[in-house]
Amino acid sequence: MLAWTIYISFFGALLQLLLPKGNNTLARAFALLTAFAGLCIAVTSFTQHRSGELITVANYAWIPALGIRFHLAADGISLSLILLTGIVALTGILFSWNIDRRTNEFFAFYLLLIGCVYGVFLSYDLFLLFVFYEIVIIPKYFLITGWGSTRKDYGAMKLALYSFIGSAMVLVGLIAAYVVAGSKSMALNDLAGYAFSPHFQMWEFPLVFVGFAILAGLWPFHTWAPTGHVAAPTAVSMLLAGVVMKLGAYGCLRVAMTLFPHGLDPWGFSLIGLSSWRDVFALLAVIGIVWGALVAMVQQDFKFVIGYSSVSHMGFILLGLMTLNRIGISGAIIQMFSHGILAGLLFATVGRMVYDRTHTRELVKLGPMNLNKAIPFAAITFVVAGMAGMGLPGFSGFVAELMILVGAWRAFPIFAVFVGVGIVIGVVYVWRAMQKAFFAEPGDVISHEPLPPITIPERLGAIILICTSVAIGLYPQMLLKIITPALNSPLFDGVRKGGW
Amino acid sequence: MMLTLLTALPVVGAIVLLVIGDRSKPLTRALALAFAFVSLVVVLILWHSFDSTLGTLQFEERYAWVPFLNIEYHVGIDGLGLLMLLLSAIVVPIGMAASWKIVERVPLYFALMLLLQACLFGAFTALNFVHWFSFWELSLIPAFFLIKLWGGPKSTPAATQFLVYTMVGGVAMLLSFLAIYLVTGKFDFIELAQLAQSGQLMPDVVARLSMHRFMPHNIAMILFAGAFLGLAVKVPIFPFHTWLPSAYSEAPTGTTILLTGAMSKMGVYGFLRILLPIFGAQTQAVLTPLLWLTVATIVFSAYSALAQKDLKRIMAYSSINHLGYCMLGIFALAKFTGGDAALFSQKFAAMDGVLLQMFNHGLTAATIFWFIAMMENRSNGLRGIDDFGGLRSVAPVFAGFMGIALFSSLGLPGLNGFVGEFLIFKGAFPLVTWASSISVLGLLITAIVILGIIQRVFSGPLSERWTAFPDLTLGERLFLAPAIALMFVLGLYPQLIIGVVNQTAVQLVQQLKF
Amino acid sequence: MTSYSHLLRLLLPELIVTITAIFALTTDLVFLRSAALRTRLATAVSLATIGCIVAIFAITRATENVNLFDGMLIANPLVHLVQIALLVLTIFVLLLAVDSEFTENVGEFVLLILLATVGMMFLVASQDLLTTFISLELLSLPLYILTGFDKRNARSSEAALKYFLFGGMSAAFLLFGFSLLYGFANSTNFVEIAAAIHGPSLNPLLILAIVTTVIGLGFKVAAVPFHFWAPDVYEAAPIPVAAFVASGSKVASFFVFFQIFSIAFAGSEGSGAWMHFVHGWVPVVAIVAALSMLLGNTVAIVQTSLRRLLAYSAIAHAGYMLLGIVAHTPVGLAALLYYVITYSFGTIGAFGVIGIVEKATGSDQLANFNGLNKRSPILAACLFVFLLSLAGIPPLAGFFGKFYLFVAAITANSGLLWLVAFAIAMSAVSLFYYLRVLKRVYTESGDPADGTPLPSSRLSVSVVVALATLVVLFGCAPNLLLQPLLSAVHALGM
Repeated sequence: MLAWTIYISFFGALLQLLLPKGNNTLARAFALLTAFAGLCIAVTSFTQHRSGELITVANYAWIPALGIRFHLAADGISLSLILLTGIVALTGILFSWNIDRRTNEFFAFYLLLIGCVYGVFLSYDLFLLFVFYEIVIIPKYFLITGWGSTRKDYGAMKLALYSFIGSAMVLVGLIAAYVVAGSKSMALNDLAGYAFSPHFQMWEFPLVFVGFAILAGLWPFHTWAPTGHVAAPTAVSMLLAGVVMKLGAYGCLRVAMTLFPHGLDPWGFSLIGLSSWRDVFALLAVIGIVWGALVAMVQQDFKFVIGYSSVSHMGFILLGLMTLNRIGISGAIIQMFSHGILAGLLFATVGRMVYDRTHTRELVKLGPMNLNKAIPFAAITFVVAGMAGMGLPGFSGFVAELMILVGAWRAFPIFAVFVGVGIVIGVVYVWRAMQKAFFAEPGDVISHEPLPPITIPERLGAIILICTSVAIGLYPQMLLKIITPALNSPLFDGVRKGGW
Repeated sequence: MMLTLLTALPVVGAIVLLVIGDRSKPLTRALALAFAFVSLVVVLILWHSFDSTLGTLQFEERYAWVPFLNIEYHVGIDGLGLLMLLLSAIVVPIGMAASWKIVERVPLYFALMLLLQACLFGAFTALNFVHWFSFWELSLIPAFFLIKLWGGPKSTPAATQFLVYTMVGGVAMLLSFLAIYLVTGKFDFIELAQLAQSGQLMPDVVARLSMHRFMPHNIAMILFAGAFLGLAVKVPIFPFHTWLPSAYSEAPTGTTILLTGAMSKMGVYGFLRILLPIFGAQTQAVLTPLLWLTVATIVFSAYSALAQKDLKRIMAYSSINHLGYCMLGIFALAKFTGGDAALFSQKFAAMDGVLLQMFNHGLTAATIFWFIAMMENRSNGLRGIDDFGGLRSVAPVFAGFMGIALFSSLGLPGLNGFVGEFLIFKGAFPLVTWASSISVLGLLITAIVILGIIQRVFSGPLSERWTAFPDLTLGERLFLAPAIALMFVLGLYPQLIIGVVNQTAVQLVQQLKF
Repeated sequence: MTSYSHLLRLLLPELIVTITAIFALTTDLVFLRSAALRTRLATAVSLATIGCIVAIFAITRATENVNLFDGMLIANPLVHLVQIALLVLTIFVLLLAVDSEFTENVGEFVLLILLATVGMMFLVASQDLLTTFISLELLSLPLYILTGFDKRNARSSEAALKYFLFGGMSAAFLLFGFSLLYGFANSTNFVEIAAAIHGPSLNPLLILAIVTTVIGLGFKVAAVPFHFWAPDVYEAAPIPVAAFVASGSKVASFFVFFQIFSIAFAGSEGSGAWMHFVHGWVPVVAIVAALSMLLGNTVAIVQTSLRRLLAYSAIAHAGYMLLGIVAHTPVGLAALLYYVITYSFGTIGAFGVIGIVEKATGSDQLANFNGLNKRSPILAACLFVFLLSLAGIPPLAGFFGKFYLFVAAITANSGLLWLVAFAIAMSAVSLFYYLRVLKRVYTESGDPADGTPLPSSRLSVSVVVALATLVVLFGCAPNLLLQPLLSAVHALGM
């Protein structure tokens, strides 16, 4: 049944194009319905899932000559991320209710993007995973260049090219692995079970990991993210930062770490204190955390603050993956979910609630507008989202960051300290942005007509996202009870040897 | 279920207010007050069903929350917790009543108050560090916004200072407890206390954490310092008190009531629930410097109160002073008594005194600030000590009731303020003689301050503008009557409270084992 | 000794096409002199199409595997498959020609196209130097003429001249190389040549033969540094001709490239593995491939004419396709054929779109494609499919083609990873300029900005849509084309 998330999204995209032009309401309603259907399927599967099992959703021969199959399957990790996709997709459409130019095409590209994301999370054949991963680039590009704002052409192209280069690296790695394993199969468990030589794994791992990590915003390959996210229209930023970046992290875990676990072994020599790819990527992740936070602190454009904060939060995820212990990796997956929701909420507030009304994103210009009185709902939402993003207990980010912190302490104590620093800086930049944008000294109210009130779709979207974050924050077991057993599956044998 | 219900109730109230509150202000205020009263009723039910013969935790609830990290949802109350719940439940309606004249964004204001109350309830019932710390930190958010958005002219810097100080303290505390978790794998207060008292905790910590070359030997003291810092900022203790006067005076008076009445008690509660049981040995080790700080707190705050002209600021410093006595009592508990049973029994008195003082000061300070709020309302915002004069002639009931509250604050025997201070000094004197002696100075100066207020506000010549100063209305009298009555009752018959909390006090002191 | 009738039966498909060509010419010259251009074109093309279809039918009916006259005429499933593909491509090209206005000489036009097709059919059926050369000339000479067919445009003649001069020169090189090979083997048959040149080290004359053959064939496929004719021809030739050059001619040329080198030059491959270069023709082709990819992609970035952009992209794609040859394994051949066939579909379609836009707006400058989506969403969507397939984006045929080529190359020799990585990197570059074109189509407003629908004939649009559908189909279900190819290749027992 889960495969229908993909099919519905694709058919929805196609049908969306055939809807009569000019009828915006119909377009929005149709898109909403499609996304909602996808979410329902995701939720149903989520609730029915028995922990530890791997559901095979579809398994058909596709290109027998190459051993490539149309193989879809989901374990706890995939399901959590599919649930995330469903929620963010739905709320994204709610926040795009005001798009009125070429609405059908916007939602068609949007649904195509969603369908491909579902596809990546469900794919158990690496060729299929790559196909979906690659297709994602196209709707991303067109959504930004068609409906975006600041420097949209540059941002869109940069994003597309970086993504393509990342996937090019992955492709090289995949082909090499496929050929070395005998060109018989592209199935995940077949390739994961094949014993690649340690030497082979030692260069394959960084290649494929970096290939995926580019999309996940690994420092220093992250520069596409702030530009791209700022250029994109709100719903697309929500999807990009919320879900698409998680594709990269998911790929790192599902492909790089699963297939080439020996790539994480110590090299045998030490270079400036680093003695394995694991150390290198952990260091880069920590730099990303701190750098992202520091840069976010000095931004003048509201959306850039959020953009850089995404880079910082993704650093947490990558660090969690590199801890190679159960707590760290589970924490990383919870953080994928949590940040997906919170990034969506933050971009929605900044883009849809504030920018669409004030037509400026500069903090110095927003301050005098006295936004906390003009659009209090936006102010409250941003406060809540900001608190959650800081890692305040009661919201999803806290559990995730705590788990990653504990995991990091067990693996790299020194890095854990820097993570703590990153968290503190995180508090500072959120506070600064919030203060400057919503609660600054009110200026002259002369020429401001009252800002349009926050509409129902926006409220609905914000409430859905906040409730999700609170739900996971109060009851993280909901996700953990399917994620943790998934980490016990034979797929992670190689990773496990690092010592849970 | 009761405790969870109690904590959830104000949250529900806050959401209701936010959703429907825009319709009419009177409705909002009434709803808010209604929710606060319901909470009070629930707490009274708890009070009634509390078995005061046991000194242990009651109404315990324990669920796994994040088993991975050993974080549990563990709540329970003993006498101390129950007392604090009662205090919070009483102070919040008083604070709400004092905010009746707020006109801007009323639903949000009261919703924030209710959220703050929920955080208080949560913090006073939590027994697992993560859970407790969450409420500790969460309470800062409503407080910050209450101060900043409805406060006086300098509310933003005051609110920010408040936030930053408390957060930094909080972070220090978090780090200490994270370190402890990494060593012991536990977050639960009770378990950690047991571990500490069996003498196991610190050797473990030193052993495991000193392995990293960059950790110095005094790791136990460092962890203690972190926890201490977090709590010291909240109480506050000199020299971490500088945020308080601005915060209290800039905040809208209704908020100040909550701050002084309940939030400050969170710090003292933390000392009793967390610092002494877990870091008892460390407290003992640095007892003398701590006592110096306490004495400084008591004396300097009293002197500072003397120098103030703004009533709120005077009372703010006075708050610091009163809580200083609590700290004196607490540190007296940490005094090493060897095998001296008689000396040890003094600790019971001190403990009872601390508990009483926490409650009584909360009640008294809340009431006094309520009166200041009334004065502000009636005088269009004035609250300087020299702004009034001779009010007794035009508003005798007002002067009378406020006088009672002020005298209670001064520590007049027969009123509730006296009992707590008396027991503290009774217990502390034999244990920490020199500190107690110097602290008496604080009592003296406080007396001067309070009498000064009474003299300058109520006595003296009546100026022109106050001839129309309205007296207390019937509603206000009815509202205040229970509070004033309680002051007398507790002053004459403190057994009402001691009866309930004594066993707990005994239990707590005995657990300390020194 | 085969009987003449047997020979005729074997040559039935080619005969049919030739007769159709003559018949079309005659009909046009005799009966339709005074008819409208469109009627004449429609008639001629219909006749030609019917002829091609009959030829396809004849091919499918032929079941014997034949090797006549020591390789001068080969018939086996693979050859048949390629011939069918060539005929299908020709049909599409001819259909596109129906709406054109560049010439009055309809009969001659159709004749030349069909004769070129015959040349291609013979080309793929030969494993002999002589027949290869003759077929190559039979293919090329009509193409030179066809390039100059647009007498309204001086550049068409210029392109034709360049094409002819280059072509002639490279034919000379090829012939020289062939004569050297003949000198080695005293035979013109590929297999016998291979036996003759087989030896431990490379004879300097053999090296010369390799180099000249690469030059000759490299010209045909527009590989660097023999590519100079391509941009001009693509830019100035009439649309159907450009499409034809870019599609069918490429298919046939690559096939023969593969045949010559893997059969005739077998044994002198050498190796193109990284750090393990061994002298032979493989490293030479590998270098040519790398250079083609590099130059094609980088120069395409600065083009302002979509046709020239496609030309440079064709050069780049020639580089990718040469990977299949560098692999010189059966899988490599299958991959190569899959790629070049689906590439051809895409290219014909792209030229179809360009043709329609050119006719409506007057030129193929990129600015004329601005806002194409508003004026004709269908054409925009088809162009979307074609360009992204060229870029190698799944689930389109171009992606799978590239993937399969890369797999084939690495399976053949893992040391070729450097070339594959380079190819992938160059694909990234190509994505840049393709997306830029699509951005114009979708987001920029054209002129007239009000979006009046583009005038286009239903036939052309149908052809373009059909091709786009094929590209998507072969991308989503590559097995449809792959299975026949693989079984044909394996049936050869290569």
